[in-house]
Amino acid sequence: MRALRFYTLALLLLLLGLAITVQAQEPVTDDEVNEIAKDLFCPVCENTPLDTCPTQACQDWRDEIRQMLTEGRSEAEIQDYFVSRYGARVLSAPPREGFNWIVWILPVAAVVIGAVVFGRYLLTLQDSKDTEGSTIDVAQSTAPVPPPAADDDDYLSRVEKEVREG
Amino acid sequence: MNETLTGASAADPPAEAEETVAQKRSIRWSTFVVWGAVLAILGLLGWGLINANQTRPEAGVVAPSEFEMEFFDGYQWQDMSVASLEDMKGNVVVLNFWASWCVECRVEADLLESAWRQYRDRGVVFLGVAYVDSEAKSLAYLEQYGISYPNAPDLGSAISDEYEITGVPETFIIDREGVIADVVIGPVNASRLYGQLDRLVVQ
Repeated sequence: MRALRFYTLALLLLLLGLAITVQAQEPVTDDEVNEIAKDLFCPVCENTPLDTCPTQACQDWRDEIRQMLTEGRSEAEIQDYFVSRYGARVLSAPPREGFNWIVWILPVAAVVIGAVVFGRYLLTLQDSKDTEGSTIDVAQSTAPVPPPAADDDDYLSRVEKEVREG
Repeated sequence: MNETLTGASAADPPAEAEETVAQKRSIRWSTFVVWGAVLAILGLLGWGLINANQTRPEAGVVAPSEFEMEFFDGYQWQDMSVASLEDMKGNVVVLNFWASWCVECRVEADLLESAWRQYRDRGVVFLGVAYVDSEAKSLAYLEQYGISYPNAPDLGSAISDEYEITGVPETFIIDREGVIADVVIGPVNASRLYGQLDRLVVQ
């Protein structure tokens, strides 16, 4: 009975191993190849991504990608291979290193600097409006004739008295 | 209340003046940054344009040689697996860019191999550079056409960048002093190739 269990377990393990092997040897699909190819550009056909480029050179590249995927290489490894062989220009975006950082930083920096400058400009406009507003208020408050004060009344009555007395 | 207002209004003018000066300074600083950024971008664009407008080296100029060739196995030059044009100075060099996917390259393949065999002992080096080509396909091509002269892949497209090629095949014939004697765009024809080699080997 124990021997039967042992052989059953061994058979199951063997089948599992076979299943894994068969799965690993499944052919690489076009979609898997194109998933990597869409981010690569062949120098011969500029501006046409590798997944849609119809030339023989690009077909050769796609075959290379398929071969490397079959060998179990990762997307990063495949990209590194193409860069080492044909240069960084094959990538759809420049690698984030060295001088290339300018390409990544410049747009963000331009937006940030632009926002800061524009914000300051708006603040300046706001401040100048406030200043103008307060000037107008003062002007408007001084425009109407003020009601006569008590001192003025006294002065006027004295003047009127002197005029009457001649 | 009146005192407070009077005190505040007395302190206001200097404070406002300071604020205005600070604002002016910040505006000046912002202007400086913006103009700096604009100039930097214009500089980059100019640099890019200058680089983009570089053209293929012509006959009469010194051949670019700031690169090394890592030859395919079995296609070395004088048993060296890595060599540069500097190493070959004193020889006439026929530098040919090709690719296995290039139909026109097949037209000239036999002629190049034939010329190499005729001139190899007369101080002439033929160098093949496989442009944008997979190694397996390149080797299959070399074998198919029985090519025996030194050949190397254009790793990182460094060599084709130096020579600003616009396609394949392109051939640069370089004299013993390292100066380009002739540039052939498209397949080489026999009379032009032999004419140049005959002229250059006696110099």
